[in-house]
Amino acid sequence: MSKVLVVTSGKGGVGKTTSSAALGAALAQSGQNVVVVDFDVGLRNLDLVMGAERRVIFDLINVVQGDAKLPQALIRDKRLETLWLLPASQTRDKEALTEAGVERVIDDLRARFDWIVCDSPAGIEKGATLAMRFADAAVVVANPEVSSVRDSDRIIGLLDSKTRLAEEGTKIDKHLLLTRYDAARASRGEMMKVEDVLEILAIPLLGVVQESPDVLTASNFGAPVTLHNPASPAARAYADAARRLMGETVEARSTRPERRSLLDRLFGRKAAAA
Amino acid sequence: MSLLKFFVKGRSAPVARDRLQVLLAHERTLAGRADLAEVLQGEILEVIARRIPIDREKVIVRLDRGDQISTLEIDIEMPAGALTPT
Repeated sequence: MSKVLVVTSGKGGVGKTTSSAALGAALAQSGQNVVVVDFDVGLRNLDLVMGAERRVIFDLINVVQGDAKLPQALIRDKRLETLWLLPASQTRDKEALTEAGVERVIDDLRARFDWIVCDSPAGIEKGATLAMRFADAAVVVANPEVSSVRDSDRIIGLLDSKTRLAEEGTKIDKHLLLTRYDAARASRGEMMKVEDVLEILAIPLLGVVQESPDVLTASNFGAPVTLHNPASPAARAYADAARRLMGETVEARSTRPERRSLLDRLFGRKAAAA
Repeated sequence: MSLLKFFVKGRSAPVARDRLQVLLAHERTLAGRADLAEVLQGEILEVIARRIPIDREKVIVRLDRGDQISTLEIDIEMPAGALTPT
């Protein structure tokens, strides 16, 4: 039974594309057949983050409009046999996406893959609503920051009203992925804690990805962080999240800050690992 | 400086959490409000139009949500003679 997962947030820049690539790769690393679909028409970036930017020939719009067959547009990851990418168009506008066209492509993908991960564009316009339209489950990516949490709340409202499952009267499964979390700042009361965001948004927690230089390094190299540096805390957080998506019960890792000495704290020195 | 900051710095996270809770409580009731006004307008018109001929353009339905009370305002302009018994 294949599953369509939308990765969405409302606000831009919170880590949707990074998370789509990392979650997709983590699922594929567990042997699942995965395709990650870029819905950000006009501003595609998933290809770049996944290191396939030079291999794009056809894209989602070409397939939707019947100019290319699905297998022509699918790009297989060079590192992982079970990971595929369906890029967005860079030249067209999002009006080229139609609901019927997207539905047909999603149905075709369901026949080939275990997981269809839809990387949503920011905003609440057509691209974002089409990315979530046929989803079975949603990952809401948020940062512990007021504007991101507000927009996530808005997106949760849309997931509960504008998706096909919602219209049929079934509630879509929603999961919170909190990214760019800084446990040290949260413990000092400078940043909302995981529990604060959970209480406000009231959806189950899929994972917490701490702010980490490894994420940027991986995207610099064009690799999902779970492939580039599997031992890094961020990669482990994504791998845990992927296992939870597959229905496993994975114990939460500590999100407490690393301890710093009193002297370090008094003189404002950062922990050596940071 | 660091020493001073360590003791003086206010905790901003609770402020963020409280502001969001107030705002979202408000915004969640707002969601769908535009639709509600539209639905009400249609249904109210339908009921009135059964008895009185009215101009659909001259009907204003407004919903206002206040801290203490909310109001539903319906403003219907009736043509001259609409209420005269026939």
